[in-house]
Amino acid sequence: MARVVIDQQLCKGCQLCAVVCPPGVLAFSLKLNSAGYHPAVLADDGRCTSCTACALVCPDVAITVYRPEAGAR
Amino acid sequence: MKQVFARPTVLRDVPTHYCPGCTHGIAHRLVAEVIDELGIRGRTVGVASVGCSVFVYDYLDVDFQQAAHGRAPAVATGIKRMLPDRVVFTYQGDGDLAAIGAAEILHAANRGERITVVFINNAIYGMTGGQMAPTTLLGMRTTTTPLGRDAAQAGYPLRVLELLAPLPGVAYAARAALSSPAHIHKAKRAVRRAFQTQLDGRGFSIVELLSTCPVGWGLTPIEAMRWLDAEMIPVFPLGELKAPGTGDGGATT
Amino acid sequence: MMTPALMKGNEAIAESALRAGVRAYFGYPITPQSELPEYMARRLPEHGGVFLQAESEVAAINMVFGAAGAGVRALISTSGPGFSLMQEGLSYLVGSEVPCVVVDMMRGGPGLGNVAPAQGDYFQATKSAGHGDGRLLVLAPASVQEACDLTLLAFDLADRYRNPVAILGDGLLGQMMEQVVLPDPVTSLRDVTWATTGAGDGPARVITSINLEPEALEAHNRHLQEKYRRAQQEVRWESYRVDDAGVVVVAYGIAARIARTAVDRARARGIDAGLLRPVTLFPFPSRAVAEAAGRARAVLVAELSAGQMVEDVRLAVEGRAPVRFYGRCGGVVFTPPELLEQIERVAAEARSS
Repeated sequence: MARVVIDQQLCKGCQLCAVVCPPGVLAFSLKLNSAGYHPAVLADDGRCTSCTACALVCPDVAITVYRPEAGAR
Repeated sequence: MKQVFARPTVLRDVPTHYCPGCTHGIAHRLVAEVIDELGIRGRTVGVASVGCSVFVYDYLDVDFQQAAHGRAPAVATGIKRMLPDRVVFTYQGDGDLAAIGAAEILHAANRGERITVVFINNAIYGMTGGQMAPTTLLGMRTTTTPLGRDAAQAGYPLRVLELLAPLPGVAYAARAALSSPAHIHKAKRAVRRAFQTQLDGRGFSIVELLSTCPVGWGLTPIEAMRWLDAEMIPVFPLGELKAPGTGDGGATT
Repeated sequence: MMTPALMKGNEAIAESALRAGVRAYFGYPITPQSELPEYMARRLPEHGGVFLQAESEVAAINMVFGAAGAGVRALISTSGPGFSLMQEGLSYLVGSEVPCVVVDMMRGGPGLGNVAPAQGDYFQATKSAGHGDGRLLVLAPASVQEACDLTLLAFDLADRYRNPVAILGDGLLGQMMEQVVLPDPVTSLRDVTWATTGAGDGPARVITSINLEPEALEAHNRHLQEKYRRAQQEVRWESYRVDDAGVVVVAYGIAARIARTAVDRARARGIDAGLLRPVTLFPFPSRAVAEAAGRARAVLVAELSAGQMVEDVRLAVEGRAPVRFYGRCGGVVFTPPELLEQIERVAAEARSS
């Protein structure tokens, strides 16, 4: 399961998440969602640290963040 | 996997009408988180105002009464005086609070009404298409200051918190920004302290949240956050102007 | 216990409101009604209510909106200039279907005017509750006793129709002292499940007047108009010597008190005068006016204004008889001899035509 899940219909493609992401692992879908936006997607789950910066700044609360349980990677 | 970030329950899971990048969404979430964390959903009554957030009651799942433009502090006064054990808050923009509502906010603060005011300052009138607001910066272009705000013609940006904070009835007055995760953490703390001030019965509480209006400012959401940091924070300094324990902090209950 | 008391109009209304269960008063000092908030300041806290002098009538009507939205009987009072400031708030109360009672003790206008009695706010009170298609129900007492009784009725009507109700008085009524039997305190419960008092464990409620969908807002307006149609059943008036009247005087409030004396003097002189006194100005007693005009040779409308209710009288009379108007403005109050002269003039005119 991915560390960051972005609701593709709530996202308005404002790009704030991508600019605050420290490892820069967020990108934007080439597809349009039902509201006509290019929603954000997690491009590199491997370098995501679940820091929640993206979720904090998302005005549409489109992002849910997970962290592996202690012991797992 | 453990979930470390989720939508607060008081924030309805629906798309919002706000523009992409508009920080109303962040402010709504902070208020919802605080209501959730304090466990006060069932006894909270919000007062909606007139601006882009006119439909805030579609997003925050608490009882709401809708006020006319500027009148929310008076409506909140009526509610809180009748129901002193409820948590009553207003959610107002800068036009609503600092222009047409200037008398109402001043006197609610002066009376020390035990309400909490969430003040969204984006230095412009968003809902009506980007006109000048009392908090518009000098030199800032809006649809009614097309050449940039000129002090000789239109006065200066109004620092409402600095006017209200010295009043003895004001128990908590803080200004925060929504322009970065670090700022948002501090903003959340301020919102929480404002609501806690009401729960403690200390007096009037207000938290001003410096916000963006990308469409009104003619900037992308990312540019707007940067503009907020570079241009708004110097004019509207962040921090707690009044809090319990700071100087003449609050009236006695 | 119904012991008679000698009371000033403003204070009698305040005391009656307390007995009607008012627990919130918000207002602003303005002559000639300041005794009402002053009375409330002393007595409302004794009844467990909240009195607050607001920073303006704009703020005050919005405090009423909040308190009433929280399910409480709320009262506000003012005079013409303050009533103007309340129009926005009244429009919101109407659109949001929140009840309250507003007392307007009219004075000379327009603008700052003066503090003498007048009836120049009839249009403002009866034609619209601020902007939009809302109405106030409007009651017009003509004595301090009637002011007491209509105060209780006003709150009941406000609840029944979930609409603000106005009591339209004037400076004379507010200041004069008459013997009254105060009403018994109201003890019945009200249905305020719509009030936003905190959702508890239930769904959140909203009190609002915005609706962006034109068809939906139209449906809401039809609903409001339907309420006003049903409110026609609340129409009230007084007929004094009207059944055999050839000259019908139509007047309300203090003007009617004066007209009644003039009618008696006219009768003593052999003129078949009568007085039709509307008590509800909205809904207007059109049918009673029409019936009286149908039997009459002439109608004389007497108001302390440049002529406002006379338009509603003309609409109701619909040509059945000539409608004449006599008015004084600016706080001047006509006298019985003055009105008698007008009745004689109208009677003579009707004879010769």
